[in-house]
Amino acid sequence: MLNNKLKLNPKIFDPDIPEVPIRNGFGEGLLFLGDRNANVIVLSADLTESTRTESFAKKFPDRHFEVGVAEQNMATVAAGLGISGKIPFIASYATFSPGRNYEQIRTTIAYNNANVKIAGHHAGVSVGPDGATHQATEDIAIMRVMPNMKVFVPCDAIEAKKATIAAASIDGPVYLRFAREKSAVVTTEETPFTPGKIDLFWDSRKPQVAIIVCGLLVYKALLAAKELEKEKIGVLVLNNHSIKPVDEKTIMKAAERTGAIVTVEEHQVAGGMGSAVAEVLAKHHPAPIEFVGMRDTFGESGPPEALIEKYGMSVEDIKTAVKKVILRK
Amino acid sequence: MVPIHDEKLKYLEETANKIREKIIEMLLEAGSGHSAGPLGMADVFTAFYFHILRHDPKNPLWPDRDRLVLSNGHICPVLYASLAYAGYFPLEELMTLRKINSRLQGHPHRGTLPGIETTSGPLGSGLSQAIGMALTARLDKKKYRIYCLMSDGEHDEGNVWEAVLFAGKNKLSNLTVVMDRNNIQIDGFTENVMPLEPLREKYESFNWHVLEIDGHNMEQLVDAVSEAEAIYEKPTLIIAHTIPGKGVSFMENDFNWHGKPPNKEEAKEALHELRTLGRRIQSEHE
Repeated sequence: MLNNKLKLNPKIFDPDIPEVPIRNGFGEGLLFLGDRNANVIVLSADLTESTRTESFAKKFPDRHFEVGVAEQNMATVAAGLGISGKIPFIASYATFSPGRNYEQIRTTIAYNNANVKIAGHHAGVSVGPDGATHQATEDIAIMRVMPNMKVFVPCDAIEAKKATIAAASIDGPVYLRFAREKSAVVTTEETPFTPGKIDLFWDSRKPQVAIIVCGLLVYKALLAAKELEKEKIGVLVLNNHSIKPVDEKTIMKAAERTGAIVTVEEHQVAGGMGSAVAEVLAKHHPAPIEFVGMRDTFGESGPPEALIEKYGMSVEDIKTAVKKVILRK
Repeated sequence: MVPIHDEKLKYLEETANKIREKIIEMLLEAGSGHSAGPLGMADVFTAFYFHILRHDPKNPLWPDRDRLVLSNGHICPVLYASLAYAGYFPLEELMTLRKINSRLQGHPHRGTLPGIETTSGPLGSGLSQAIGMALTARLDKKKYRIYCLMSDGEHDEGNVWEAVLFAGKNKLSNLTVVMDRNNIQIDGFTENVMPLEPLREKYESFNWHVLEIDGHNMEQLVDAVSEAEAIYEKPTLIIAHTIPGKGVSFMENDFNWHGKPPNKEEAKEALHELRTLGRRIQSEHE
């Protein structure tokens, strides 16, 4: 059953659940910060509308810098701003930032420990028609291996706003990952968001499997949990919005309670959120794991839902993984 | 900025020579590192740390200090030696360059050593960091100036030209770049590896003010920096024509000395040459 303590969206299982692009929350978070903190600066690389920095740019023109299609310059200018006392946010598609400017981020932001927030948009195959060139499916892996870097993947627009605001209060580099397409709003303003803490969204009396999930697939994991409940299979659904720092305690506790794990992410299975979970469990509490995600392949053009299905991340795929991992116990 | 009077000039030249000697000693002790660039830029660094910069070595994080950003981090022996002579940390520490547990990393790292404004080494990303600092100064209505020291070879990097465009667009008059135009990079002469000229016209067309000086003439450098300070709504590039390996005749203008240290014999010869001021005086000074 849904964890009522977290005050999730009561309409979560209604067919007319409101849908909002997760990236909208980033834009709202920036506006919130802009009003309250004069040190917050935003840099855009010719994508103000689609990365939702447009409203900030209009409201705070002196604190918004358009760098043009130049992600390497964007990251390094932000590094200079960050080490001289500002709190810069840089926004582009994740395939370009942190994709194209990876070394600049590594040296001038992470190693430099510069106070820069990197917003990677258009994550996952749910980007849709633009195709694989614009669908980031490796960004969690490349960012979580960087020393000093923190990595947050919000599950909906409301959580995206909270993650954006939280990032500003962290002194140091942060990577934020956002999806493009409209997706179900599963949380409310009252739902807690604490960096470094996994939230238990769905609980069962005798859970057999813990589903650990991030991003817009959290909603699909909840749908899967509800359907599995009808089949008398109890699961946990854990929203792992903080991939780094990793919440070892909650992951271990979930493994102790269930003895089997399914990880779900719109990202390569290799090196992603599931790998981070596996690293914790292999060390502290070995348990069978099934990984739902991209299997060493690029995406392609198509409707978002159809792509999620084609690449094996649908509600059905999550249910199949749960049943499969139970057999491995 | 005050011009350099004769007595000060003599002091600066002696300091530059001491820094060159220290560079040779550091590189010999480290057993790896770059020789030509640090020697070639010793006069520019001396002029900055002992005349141009408003800074306080006893208070390295003084908020109103001028910032000196070294973009081509591989010439850091000259930066480290300048910082030590200026009083940021003890001279003896210079001999720990590139050793384990040292604050003197092979390429500069912010936070480990006082006086290092930013992390650099991978080429082409110093100018944009200096730009970020210049934006902060402007937003905070601060008077401090930002100086970025760059190499010519790193102008092969796309990131540099992205930054040059951006600084021109934003009319960053509080930013001055000094380019070490020594004509060499690892694989050979810059104009053979990847032709850069005409550099002056390139920068001017990107809305920069451009000056050219003899990079071993500190009076010219100080005059150029003063002029840059007076320029309105444009960043300034000072192209400093330097001799790589300057002061050690067998290293001068030879790209083979770009990325290697002297061995014991070579260091002895180099130090003798520096200490006798190019064999102009008989005895070695100490």
